[in-house]
Amino acid sequence: MTELGITPAQTAGPYLRIGLLRNILTPNVVDPCDPRAIRIRGRLTDAAGDGVPDGMVETWQANAAGRYHHPADDRDELALEDGFLGFGRSGTEDDGRFEIVTVKPGRVPWPEGGLQAPHIGVTVFARGLLKHAVTRLYFPDETEANAEDPVLSRLRPEQRASLVAVAGDGGLRFDICLQGPSHTTFFAV
Amino acid sequence: MSVDVRPFPELVDAERAGPDPPYDHFDYVGTRLRAPKEPLVIIPSTLTELTGPAFGESTVDPRDADLTRQHAGQPLGERMVLSGRVLGSDGKPLRGQLVEIWQANAAGRYAHEVDDHDAPLDPNFSGAGRCLTDDEGRYQFVTVKPGAYPWKNHTNAWRPNHIHFSVFGRALTERLVTQMYFPGDPLFPYDPILNSVRDPKARERMISMFDLGLTEPEWALGFRWDIVVGGKNATPLEEPHDD
Repeated sequence: MTELGITPAQTAGPYLRIGLLRNILTPNVVDPCDPRAIRIRGRLTDAAGDGVPDGMVETWQANAAGRYHHPADDRDELALEDGFLGFGRSGTEDDGRFEIVTVKPGRVPWPEGGLQAPHIGVTVFARGLLKHAVTRLYFPDETEANAEDPVLSRLRPEQRASLVAVAGDGGLRFDICLQGPSHTTFFAV
Repeated sequence: MSVDVRPFPELVDAERAGPDPPYDHFDYVGTRLRAPKEPLVIIPSTLTELTGPAFGESTVDPRDADLTRQHAGQPLGERMVLSGRVLGSDGKPLRGQLVEIWQANAAGRYAHEVDDHDAPLDPNFSGAGRCLTDDEGRYQFVTVKPGAYPWKNHTNAWRPNHIHFSVFGRALTERLVTQMYFPGDPLFPYDPILNSVRDPKARERMISMFDLGLTEPEWALGFRWDIVVGGKNATPLEEPHDD
């Protein structure tokens, strides 16, 4: 079988808002009135600690039962939810702030057996990022699941800390730092 | 069950195989405070990475694919049909893919408050389009050819003509945001963003081709550009060869 050459990534540039942040695709994974709704707020910052005003954060997750809305997740015993796609997208404001309204996903399996702690896949785009950066958000109230999570348990404590959101402010706080001493841990996927 | 604490393998930016540019590319000034500098942690692909969002017909309006008919009048510039296919690295056409594009107008100005280039805005051009690929993985837009524009990266810096593209692929591992260029652009050798991609063959894969067959007589030029998505980072030893 011939493998085709893959198209390389390029930065989304400073004007991504024109193409990617109009109506329709919204930061709300669920209706903010959903009683289960969690508001995740954060700041995207650079090495100087300055907010990145021209970035974008995308989130991808399973539903509350732990089922992805995707054909590769064929666990029919877990129900899909009408209208729940699991995707969120937020631009960043002048000080780098972004906000996503969602629900906590259920646990999803680890390829070698067992379950992962609830988490959300997070992808970051910005001027100056030649390729998007990929990380995960974990939940602070999942102490037990986080302790046995097959990703978190294999990271150094400071790496782990950068992936666990902080409770407060009527929701969760999840800051993403691209570079510098308080940088977020990013994955190769 | 005991918890596995062996560290994951890590990937140093500069040693990354595959076509993507490194994060850290000094010539592109915007990377200096923003490029992640620590090695990437290589985690196994789990359901989180092997799935990704897919969007239905309700996401797009047929008018979104024609950037020349989004206002009362027609935009200035060279009208063009832009079409191509979205493919997996296995050659499989990806149907139902959301393709999002954005671009400068024919004068090289973006309809964005941050763009202060002294070139005219076009009241008949917003520069944003989207569509879903058909059963053969094909997308098609009608737009105008974007102009080149100066930027402040270095003295006398100009971006080659380009259109920004976003596609999701079938999984998070296939997410791609990139730029499409036009054949024979004299600005290629001077552009640090294009040249952040080190492999010349990979750079060529970002350049569209003029296609007389796609050209509509008395109406619009035709350009063709295929997009190939694939996981790249987690398999540095399995880089597919160019063909």
